[in-house]
Amino acid sequence: MGMVGPLGLGVENVWSRLIAGESGIGRITHFDPSDLPAQVAGQVPEGPKTEGKLTLSEWVPVKDQRKMDRFIHMGLVAATEAVEDSGWKPQTEEDKCATGVMIGSGIGGLQTIYDASITVHEGRAKRLSPFFIPSALINLVSGHVSIKYGFQGPNHSVVTACATGVHAIGDAARLIMFGDADVMVAGGAEATVCPLGIAGFCSARALSTGFNDTPGKASRPWDKDRDGFVMGEGAGVVVLEEYEHAKARGAKIYAEIVGYGMSGDAYHITAPAEGHYGAYRAMGAALKSAGLTPADIDYVNAHGTSTMADDLELEAVERLFADDAKKLAMSSTKSATGHLLGAAGAVEAMFCMLAIRDNVAPPTLNLDNPSRESVIDRVAHTAQQRKINVALSNSFGFGGTNASLLVRGI
Amino acid sequence: MSEIADKVKKIVVEHLGVEESKVTPEASFIDDLGADSLDTVELVMAFEEAFNVEIPEDAAEKIATVKDAIDYIEKQKAA
Repeated sequence: MGMVGPLGLGVENVWSRLIAGESGIGRITHFDPSDLPAQVAGQVPEGPKTEGKLTLSEWVPVKDQRKMDRFIHMGLVAATEAVEDSGWKPQTEEDKCATGVMIGSGIGGLQTIYDASITVHEGRAKRLSPFFIPSALINLVSGHVSIKYGFQGPNHSVVTACATGVHAIGDAARLIMFGDADVMVAGGAEATVCPLGIAGFCSARALSTGFNDTPGKASRPWDKDRDGFVMGEGAGVVVLEEYEHAKARGAKIYAEIVGYGMSGDAYHITAPAEGHYGAYRAMGAALKSAGLTPADIDYVNAHGTSTMADDLELEAVERLFADDAKKLAMSSTKSATGHLLGAAGAVEAMFCMLAIRDNVAPPTLNLDNPSRESVIDRVAHTAQQRKINVALSNSFGFGGTNASLLVRGI
Repeated sequence: MSEIADKVKKIVVEHLGVEESKVTPEASFIDDLGADSLDTVELVMAFEEAFNVEIPEDAAEKIATVKDAIDYIEKQKAA
């Protein structure tokens, strides 16, 4: 596993800060946000690796940095950590060809496109960098990772807005099941804390604007004072491997992907329908593919973005779990990380795996007054020690796309 | 070394991330300095920008070494 985001660099560092109830949200420093209604975001902290922070030159050679947008930097950092952690460094042609990459992004190289547009607008089209297109293309994270490690198996990418991370891991697992690869490096990357990204989501009235002076309180899933999501940047990447293949080489195994379900709302471009039946069907499909029932699930990592849709997801989970809802723990880690868009599903799937490993449910920060009561324990404020063997991660995206992933301890 | 040669060298070091000592007049961008075809396109653009000259594509294709670049720019500047 590999991870970089608002809580810092490195899976163990991020996880321990998450469990401690720390927030990665602060005032936007990547640019001056004074003109915009939303002025807070989750940005990757800069500093030395040893402090759990990011110094890009420790990961991507300086001369290559300007050939790729920041979302590719993020993806490369997380993929590098994940590959190192997995110990999978194929040497033979056969092994390299059996190793693929599927890292997606919700939006891609937005800042790069913005900068290039200005160059063209200024009448300097002939001065456009030859690296502009490969810097902005979403599938270039997968491309760069394959080039770095020589992975010659399926090279693919997912673009399903905020569901990207879950779709990437779920689809990659199916490629392994289908025999296209033995090992898949999968996940999502995003870096849209830039003027165009913040302004665009502001225009869609999607971002929190009421907590500019208290950034740590801005992301508050299910709380009655929530007023929009908080954008985060970063990447999450896992190394998926066919079980016998992993066992045979004595690999470190965090968890097993046991179920994956998808659905479409067919309703609205940005809003889920009343009752969130799309979420209900995606979760149901994940359970069905795993041959499990709601009673088997111990923890749900909610999509829970800190928007009005939080209660619709809650309602869908309550409907699906029925009598089993009362023993369920469900939290939204976006309360601490913000919403990493295309990377969110991957990062949160990893939180599910770590929740299983450590038997800890990470907290939902800022859940002071739920707007809707529920029998489900939403792990308000502080992490909970509880037995977690099977966990479900939800991700829903603009366009009405829904994906759920089920993971189980080994 | 001429002012132009100095500036060319600086641009090459900056764009290709190579050590200054490797940027000799005979050094080939692709064979010795690790550039790929897109790097050379970008290099030529950087020369155009820095020296305020036009380097047409057919001329750019002939610029393979540091010396090629220096000679071309010096000739343009002298003209």
